Amino acid sequence: MPSYVITEKCDGCKGQERTACMYICPNDLMKLDRDRMKAWNQEPDQCWECYNCVKICPQQAIEVRGYQDFCPMGANVIPLRGTDAIMWTIKFRDGSLKRFKFPIRTTPEGSIDPYAGKPEPDINKIKEPGFFTHQGEGKEMPTP
Amino acid sequence: MEKETCTFSYCAEPEIVEVETDILLIGGGMACCGAAFEAARWATPKGIKIVMVDKAATDRSGSVAMGLSAINTYMGENDPADYVRYVRADLMGIIREDLVYDLGRHVDDSVHLFEEWGLPIWKTLDDGKKVDGAEGRKVGKLLKDGGKPVRSGRWQIMINGESYKVIVAEAAKKALEYNRQATGMEQNLFERVFIVKLIPDANNPNRVAGAVGFSVREHKAYVFKAKVMLLAAGGCVNVFRPRSTGEGMGRTWFAVWNAGSTYAMPAELGAKMVLMENRFVPARFKDGYGPVGAWFLFFKAKATNAIGEDYCAKYHDMLKERYGKYAEILGTCLRNTAMMEDMKIGLGPIWMRTDLAFEEAKKHMDAKELKHLEAEAWEDFLDMTIAQAGLWAANNIRPEEKYSELMPSEPYLLGSHAGCAGLWTSGPEDICKKHGLDEYFWGYNRMTTIDGLFTAGDGCGASGHKFSSGSHAEGRIAGKEMVRYVLDHQDYTPTLAKDPKEYVAEIFLPFEIYEKYKNYTTDPNVNPHYIRPSMLQKRLQKIMDEYVAGAGYWYMTSKTMLEEGLRQLEMLKEDSLRMAAADHHELMRCWENYHRIVAGEAHARHILFREETRYPGYYFRGDFPQIDDENWKCFTVSRINPENGQWEFEKIPYKQIIPD
Repeated sequence: MPSYVITEKCDGCKGQERTACMYICPNDLMKLDRDRMKAWNQEPDQCWECYNCVKICPQQAIEVRGYQDFCPMGANVIPLRGTDAIMWTIKFRDGSLKRFKFPIRTTPEGSIDPYAGKPEPDINKIKEPGFFTHQGEGKEMPTP
Repeated sequence: MEKETCTFSYCAEPEIVEVETDILLIGGGMACCGAAFEAARWATPKGIKIVMVDKAATDRSGSVAMGLSAINTYMGENDPADYVRYVRADLMGIIREDLVYDLGRHVDDSVHLFEEWGLPIWKTLDDGKKVDGAEGRKVGKLLKDGGKPVRSGRWQIMINGESYKVIVAEAAKKALEYNRQATGMEQNLFERVFIVKLIPDANNPNRVAGAVGFSVREHKAYVFKAKVMLLAAGGCVNVFRPRSTGEGMGRTWFAVWNAGSTYAMPAELGAKMVLMENRFVPARFKDGYGPVGAWFLFFKAKATNAIGEDYCAKYHDMLKERYGKYAEILGTCLRNTAMMEDMKIGLGPIWMRTDLAFEEAKKHMDAKELKHLEAEAWEDFLDMTIAQAGLWAANNIRPEEKYSELMPSEPYLLGSHAGCAGLWTSGPEDICKKHGLDEYFWGYNRMTTIDGLFTAGDGCGASGHKFSSGSHAEGRIAGKEMVRYVLDHQDYTPTLAKDPKEYVAEIFLPFEIYEKYKNYTTDPNVNPHYIRPSMLQKRLQKIMDEYVAGAGYWYMTSKTMLEEGLRQLEMLKEDSLRMAAADHHELMRCWENYHRIVAGEAHARHILFREETRYPGYYFRGDFPQIDDENWKCFTVSRINPENGQWEFEKIPYKQIIPD
């Protein structure tokens, strides 16, 4: 299901160096047309439909429509991603709707302190199996 | 054809950015994020520098970019020896048990970190009630404190994993930042830089000294020099003609941006590869490739042929007759074989009976619980394969009412999931020494046969079933060993064999060719002087499908077919010297597809070398249809001899260390 950008909603991320969708697309598909200040998917047949552009777009200007080589028309799946949960609205071809909400994270964004409260590595043990966390907690690695 | 060279007479010469570091991480997925976290802790107090280079944005790069609905490798109460037994059975008896055991004994610590960092993990409470990860964090214990996960299988646990990669990336980026500040580097995370080539050391052709690539955003080439490197850039997708015929070609089962770079770059340097004949052919929900694991394991759904028969039960005796002890328990590839037997006699479509699973659930669940079950079923797709949810909605499929079709996909090359292609690496010292595995050990855990080049995740061969958590843990194992390598080689200074400008000219050749010839025809898409990457990819896919056991040919090949396929691949490789790119995005596609060609060739040559059908259901050798333990229960190891470009093969004995 390639992503598409709704002309009216896209503001080209207000002329910044790169748009949010360009920043995030894992496959480098999103491009900004600087004359129109609109983003677009330059290679729809390489779109994995990972929805990362849809989730990140500050204008909610990006949606996805089914790959037309196998997907009937008329449905859509729209996420609204917050800081701790994501809401999904699924519209069926027959018009009926389903809504779901799922947790995505139990800590505030940006709050990870990777080594807080973790043991210091013991450089004398670098050759032994086990991570610095195992070694610091005195956990022995089993051997078969 | 006359050889083209790039002298920057037609396209602009890029700025060359040179970066020197001790440790270089190529990739940004689970393995490299794990390596960054572990290595930074050991390296930073010693002033050792770490740089990571990712072709995308690390928050959403790699195979976990979309998210996941389960973590498939978590030991918990299990013994890593049993994990080895499970992996060995699924991969038809030939795995590096030292590597797999090592992974098993390390992996849980990564899962515990994910939970601590904020990944919601479903919990089973003391009263047996199952709750989602947000609720579980509030009322349940952490896994590391004895909290019970919700198991969907013996090794799998359920998560709310939409933000799995974002969380893991945040920790990795902070670890890199800690290292950057302490070592005084200006920048140590390079996003949107695609590495194309590894460079040997001027004084030792079997040692890696550099990596060159380019920015897909700016007209800049990058030359990295490092004492030691981790290459973990995913498996290989879109090397075979996909079942989709148009836009849907992007809807591959594994991440579409996995371009075989992890295999191709070391291969060209002369690294040994192992079991590159292995592949994964996932049987998934048709077209959308939505996951089936939770449906089988968690929702207890059954798959049947069109007349309601359980094809695995139906063909079990036949498979035992054909494949003996390997068919006692039907592994993933043999279940594919059974499915295809029925498809070939017109008993398709194959159905996943989601409706019957719900009917069964109704017998012991109230309305509220059923509603919850339905949400869980949708979340399974929405967390990791959103397209499948869209495809259900487009077909008006409600899983509680209507069953869905399953289909074996096009083949994928990988080493982290239910496959074991990859590089031949050294194992852990303690296990290798204890069991006399001299042939599996040369100094540093997870180092390839190229001095200073490590790999993990999809890169590390003969050791599948790591999945996301195992790839992270394996990256950590490699990360720690790389720090040790740097400490052991303090006085080594990497020296590139050639002037960086020569490598850069090679990489930018597709720009030069395009600019030189684009005006020769009125339409730059059709031009006799060059081939654009999308056609290069389609030609590769067609050759691989038709001669190297693709989905279109029921995964069947033979010596004669492979030889013809290799002849065509040789010419395709020659034509790759005429690749053309109009912009940086297309330049990336050129080199990705070049990497796919090298990985595809390795795959074809390995299948040709192994004269048996070791993985029925993944591929079949029509001329050697049996499993032949007497001659082939061994590792098949290949190498491109860098001196003459010839492929060399050897057999290395398989050694069992975990008893049956």
